[in-house]
Amino acid sequence: MAPPADARLQLETARLTALYGRRAVVKDVSLMFPRHTVTALIGPSGCGKTTFLRCLNRMHELSEGGWITGNVLLDGEDIYDPGVDAIRLRRRIGMVFQRPTPFPTMSIYDNVAAGLRVNGGRPRAEVDAAVEGALRRAALWDEVKDRLRHSALALSGGQQQRLCVARALAPEPDVLLLDEPTASLDPAGTQHIEELCHELKTRYTICIVTHNLQQAARVSDYTAFFYLGDLIEIGRTEELFTKPTKEQTEAYITGRFG
Amino acid sequence: MSARRLRRRIVSGAMTALVAVLSFVAVLALVLILGYLVSKGASSLDWSFFVKNPVPAGQAGGGVANAIVGTVIIVGLAALIGLPIGIGTGLYLAEYGSGRLGWVVRFVADVLNGTPSIVVGIFAWTWLVKPMGHFSALAGSVALAVLMVPMLARTTEEMVRLVPHSLREAALALGYPRWRTSLRVIARTALAGIVTGCLVGIARVAGETAPLLFTALGNLNFSTSVLQPMQTLSLQIYVYATGPFDEWHRLAWAAALVLMGLVLLLSLAARWAIRQRHGAAR
Repeated sequence: MAPPADARLQLETARLTALYGRRAVVKDVSLMFPRHTVTALIGPSGCGKTTFLRCLNRMHELSEGGWITGNVLLDGEDIYDPGVDAIRLRRRIGMVFQRPTPFPTMSIYDNVAAGLRVNGGRPRAEVDAAVEGALRRAALWDEVKDRLRHSALALSGGQQQRLCVARALAPEPDVLLLDEPTASLDPAGTQHIEELCHELKTRYTICIVTHNLQQAARVSDYTAFFYLGDLIEIGRTEELFTKPTKEQTEAYITGRFG
Repeated sequence: MSARRLRRRIVSGAMTALVAVLSFVAVLALVLILGYLVSKGASSLDWSFFVKNPVPAGQAGGGVANAIVGTVIIVGLAALIGLPIGIGTGLYLAEYGSGRLGWVVRFVADVLNGTPSIVVGIFAWTWLVKPMGHFSALAGSVALAVLMVPMLARTTEEMVRLVPHSLREAALALGYPRWRTSLRVIARTALAGIVTGCLVGIARVAGETAPLLFTALGNLNFSTSVLQPMQTLSLQIYVYATGPFDEWHRLAWAAALVLMGLVLLLSLAARWAIRQRHGAAR
């Protein structure tokens, strides 16, 4: 029973449970992602936040034994509906992983264009424009515009991660999923990505998994705290960090466990 | 404390020396073979050796042009048949081969890999030469392709498995269908390794003699028809080396040197191919 599509609401999970075989790693989670906001998912390792993120673009079902119960609604439409093509769906939801994953055999340009070309042939000028636009939005254009044909592996780790952001943005998704995008970056690279979050949320709905509580506090509008597969608390970021309502949340954000 | 350090140094030194000696022995075999080939065969190498066909026994001169061309044709045709099948099987094993069928294919490939090449020759004779009624280069190529396929399949599988899982996920998250992920991202990333595997596989079968004995048979004349018997360097060496004439023995050494040179050239090409890929990726 899908609730009426709210224009303010982009993505929503309804009683989502994610399992590996018979073991549930995300339990009965209902969360809402308002359009053009940043939501941070925090919690200790193994709390299910990454698995939850991977349910939002149907990547979880590609893992060995991965399946879900419940619903995930994108613009009011259940993405797990049998009529929905998971491959097409993933083109509407971009994802960036913990470690930069540029395609090593492709140039910088081809990496960004990869997601566009998979949609079928497009005029050259259109691809050019989309690649430039995506690289600009990922704040990488000025650094790579003179070497678009060079291998993507020639870039630094932080640049590679921004390249992955650009690659995710090029097909014009509605939602951007970031899975600990700064885990392997140095402080400068981390700051770049965090600044990006602020700029990108004017156009995209962002969901970011992070181990870094300061990062969650800096970049997000809403923060959700997961523990052992349960959603413990969700709230506006400043409220969750200053006056959490649950004792577990308070213990975690004050560093008493996790 | 210092006694322990001394003991460590001595053991370390002894082990290093041992390993060095063993590597030397391994390299020595290659050096000896190559050196012996050069000393026995190089003097017979001249222009006519490469461009002339064999002359009747007893006469001086003549070359192995027919065998060189035959080797290129038979091995080339074998590669044409074997490479797509071998690489395709390898991709299948790596990407979809986790089930029962994958297990069976892998097992068959391993058994085939250990099959003596002469058995493969007999197989080709039974299924191709006998029904066709005559020996042919094509039958020889098929026999060599059968030898190549399991080798290529397992190498390709290994190379594809080396590609990090994160790349596959990145492609799938971009909305790549699975087959496209396999071809555009995984296979392309593993390409350098696959190319090397192919060249090594080709080099391996280029020197095979046994499977050609009753398939391609050999031919004293120059022939480029794949439906007719054809000469190869390995067959020529076999005939010349076991023959009674000194002139033949001399030519056998020279032909062996040429064959070795061809294989070496392929290996070098393999190295070069890898370096190109790596150079482009860095």
